[in-house]
Amino acid sequence: MTAIKRETARGDLVRFAAFTVVILTMPLWLVPFGAAYPDLMQKFAIYGLFAIGFNILFGLTGYLSFGHAAFLGVGSYTAVWSFKLLGMNPLPAIGLAILLAGAFAWVIGFVSLRRTGIYFSILTLAFAQMSYNLAYSVLTPITNGETGLRVLNSDPRVLDHMIGAGEVEGSLVATLFGVEMNGLPGFYFCAVWLLIGMFVSFKIFRSPFGLMLQAIKSNQNRLNYTGINTRPYALTAFVISGMYAGLAGALLCVTDPLAGAERMQWTASGEVVLMTILGGAGTLLGPMLGAGIIKYSENIFSAFNEQTLHQIFGVLPDGVEGAVVSVAGLFVGEGWHLTLGLLFMLIVIFLPGGLIEGGRRIAGALSRSRKGGGIDHAHPQAAE
Amino acid sequence: MDAILLQILNGLDKGGAYALIALGLTLVFGTLGVVNFAHGALFMLGAFCAVSFNQLIGLEKVTVDPTQMTPWGTPLEIRVPMIEDWLGATGTFILDYSVPFSILMAIPVMIIVGLIMERGLIQFFYRRTHAEQILVTFGLAIVLQELIKTWFGANPIPQVPPDTVRGAADVGTLIGFEAGQIVYPYWRLIYFLFSALIIGGVFAFLQLTTFGMVVRAGMADRETVGLFGIDIERRFTIVFGLAAVVAGLAGVMYTPILPPDYHMGMDFLVLSFVVVVVGGMGSLPGAVAAGFLLGVLQSFASMTEVKSVLPGIDQIIIYLVAVIILLVRPRGLMGRKGVMES
Amino acid sequence: MGILQVQNVNKSFGGLKALNNVNLDITEGTVHAIIGPNGAGKSTLLNCFVGRLRPDTGTVKFNGRSLLGLTPHEINQVGVARVFQTPEIFSDLTLLENVLIPALAVRDGAFRVNTWGRVDSQADVRDRAEALLADVGLADKRHTQSSSLSRGDKRRLELAMCLVQQPKLVLLDEPTAGMSRADTNNTIDLLARMSEQHGVTKIIIEHDMHVVFSLADRVTVFAQGHPIVEGTPDEIKGDPRVQEAYLGGAQV
Repeated sequence: MTAIKRETARGDLVRFAAFTVVILTMPLWLVPFGAAYPDLMQKFAIYGLFAIGFNILFGLTGYLSFGHAAFLGVGSYTAVWSFKLLGMNPLPAIGLAILLAGAFAWVIGFVSLRRTGIYFSILTLAFAQMSYNLAYSVLTPITNGETGLRVLNSDPRVLDHMIGAGEVEGSLVATLFGVEMNGLPGFYFCAVWLLIGMFVSFKIFRSPFGLMLQAIKSNQNRLNYTGINTRPYALTAFVISGMYAGLAGALLCVTDPLAGAERMQWTASGEVVLMTILGGAGTLLGPMLGAGIIKYSENIFSAFNEQTLHQIFGVLPDGVEGAVVSVAGLFVGEGWHLTLGLLFMLIVIFLPGGLIEGGRRIAGALSRSRKGGGIDHAHPQAAE
Repeated sequence: MDAILLQILNGLDKGGAYALIALGLTLVFGTLGVVNFAHGALFMLGAFCAVSFNQLIGLEKVTVDPTQMTPWGTPLEIRVPMIEDWLGATGTFILDYSVPFSILMAIPVMIIVGLIMERGLIQFFYRRTHAEQILVTFGLAIVLQELIKTWFGANPIPQVPPDTVRGAADVGTLIGFEAGQIVYPYWRLIYFLFSALIIGGVFAFLQLTTFGMVVRAGMADRETVGLFGIDIERRFTIVFGLAAVVAGLAGVMYTPILPPDYHMGMDFLVLSFVVVVVGGMGSLPGAVAAGFLLGVLQSFASMTEVKSVLPGIDQIIIYLVAVIILLVRPRGLMGRKGVMES
Repeated sequence: MGILQVQNVNKSFGGLKALNNVNLDITEGTVHAIIGPNGAGKSTLLNCFVGRLRPDTGTVKFNGRSLLGLTPHEINQVGVARVFQTPEIFSDLTLLENVLIPALAVRDGAFRVNTWGRVDSQADVRDRAEALLADVGLADKRHTQSSSLSRGDKRRLELAMCLVQQPKLVLLDEPTAGMSRADTNNTIDLLARMSEQHGVTKIIIEHDMHVVFSLADRVTVFAQGHPIVEGTPDEIKGDPRVQEAYLGGAQV
């Protein structure tokens, strides 16, 4: 719990450049991990954005929202409606999704931020559940209920018809300048948005605005007596994170034009919380790391089944193998959620600062032992 | 008039479940200061106590009667529940009354589960932030529900109430209505009475015993009670166990109303949190009153007459009420000043 | 006319009258101490100044402008800064950031979404913040996390956070409560030095007579929600009513 913040502008530039390289070369370096296929990489980028945005609220201000999936859902529905009415160009879909999710977040945030602490968490949860329930019931004309909303050939798609791209054979796919937004181009499209999102996050973290948000988390009472009106700051952070969620929701539909209400359920809200704390709430790169790890493990663990387990543990003696496989079987395939829950608990219990914090601590311990127990200025001893 | 009465009745059983869960949540929150997102899982575990008890006593003994043949030529298998085989008529009685009898199993099971949860996990989170408490218990809730899903499968497992109370009571005739106007299933009536009994018991325990007095004092001012040299921690454990048993029993008895499945805990938890907030965080009477109030409101909102005017209102009424209450009266119906506000 | 004028202020909690017809006039540039036994209404009065409580009747005027109905941040923005009984700082942040925040609050006002520049490139506020930290003797710790400070140093930091705003009035609520004798003396020295350098009007609520007599220009003694005596420290020392208020506690 220390962190001396001496990040310079140059250091941040280097860090952002490195991040850009890492993201853009994902199709190369993910090959040995068996994760270099576009669908999964798109998920990394999209959920990375979702978590980066959530972190601007939770990581900086400390307000724990349990309803952010609602904004993801709003973004998705908006994007699909944009496809249906305007056409398969992803840009208007994304623009509208960000705007609408932002407006929705403003309304919910305006109400929820009148309370703090657990009351705030429960208010956001209540709003998200309301949205979810409504999406399944009365709003069916807009959301198409349980079936989910998809683009049909008979939809107006005004812009597509204007440019003469109205008649399409087969399924409809989001298309930008003649490039279909699936596969690798789809990933790069999402990656560009991820880089934009990360850049904005860098800017916010280092800005006076970001400092005020951190001060809200640290001591809201003091901040009020320091002449700062804290509520509009928190509301701005809430709206910004809602817009990130809207963008992520829209990108989900750009890569696969289908929106369902389950995207708004509280489990989805819980997932983004987990991604953020796993990587490290309040750190710049943590949420992206957390999102990557969760989506990667989900992919790996869900794909496992009894057979693959037998292959893995085949070297063990038969009796042992059977036992190991049946225990391991609990955690894979359908049991992925069990792993997720356990991971959640382990992280909160042992590493509440997340992986980035853990890494820093290890690095700190290493450099200290190398210096032979020299004084580390970054970790001042408490004098009390 | 009769329609209104019927809706009130309809809301009482669900309200009873909300009240019981919210009561435990409030107890744990008020004394231990812990926001327990795994409390719904305790309700679900209770329900699955009933399921496993039923499966346990339903274990059958298979005998083959070689003298008789089935129409397709295999020897006839006669399946008799072992408990009937051993105990005869008593066994049949236990089978019939499986749901109420499973209380006997649920109480020790819930106590053990509660103790393990509190000693093994919750106690380490007394001094951590509420956000961390929420997160770790949220993780625990997922783990518990996934374990249940692995064991019992994803589908709801219906439970039946005992034969004698399987029908419905014509409650209306008791209070001067014509027959057939207010008809209400016996079991839901029983559930309401049961929840009232448990609530009464918990309140009596807190009001009349020395232990209860300390707990109430702890809810009012934890620090000071600690200063008196009272071993608060040990009492915390007992309070947590009590809350676990209350939630578990609420779950056991609810099984004939709602076939239990693995995610019922979370469904009820979200609603119960709303109940706690509406009642006023830290107020036991508030939790109970808000539980019944919201149960009844929900039942009114599902009337077709209401739904035709306000479509979808039944889906959101509880959340809507919570939002309004929190904004108009931030401390809830009966909340005290200063609870969870810093 | 003083910088802060309190007229006929009453405040009750339930049946308890916490403030009973309080009149007070604070002269600009002075250090004014408010003392009195526990429950005399000192803290209630302070809370009325900062917008945390609203008096039942009466007025509180700062430079001729009513403070009633303003929120804490609005009151700060008109030039009233406050030091808490236990130092309230941003303990997750570094010392420099702690002082930058109030400085930014003066420059940018109560709310401004300023996302483009970096915190470290705001040269104007940064220089002021560093100068103030040097003033209170914490310059070399400016990049450490403030939770690691001793209580005395936290108090220094909090004073720097107040003074960087160049307020017209500083309210100090028992600034030496719970401090060791050494820390208390250090704080007195610091406050005295601050008075010389910055010449800000101060209201100090205090129990410790040592602190009061070292710093105050004027003293008001409260008993049972009402000011009973006002005068210079020397006048107060000899006044029999003061001793009665502390020892006898009877109505005067």
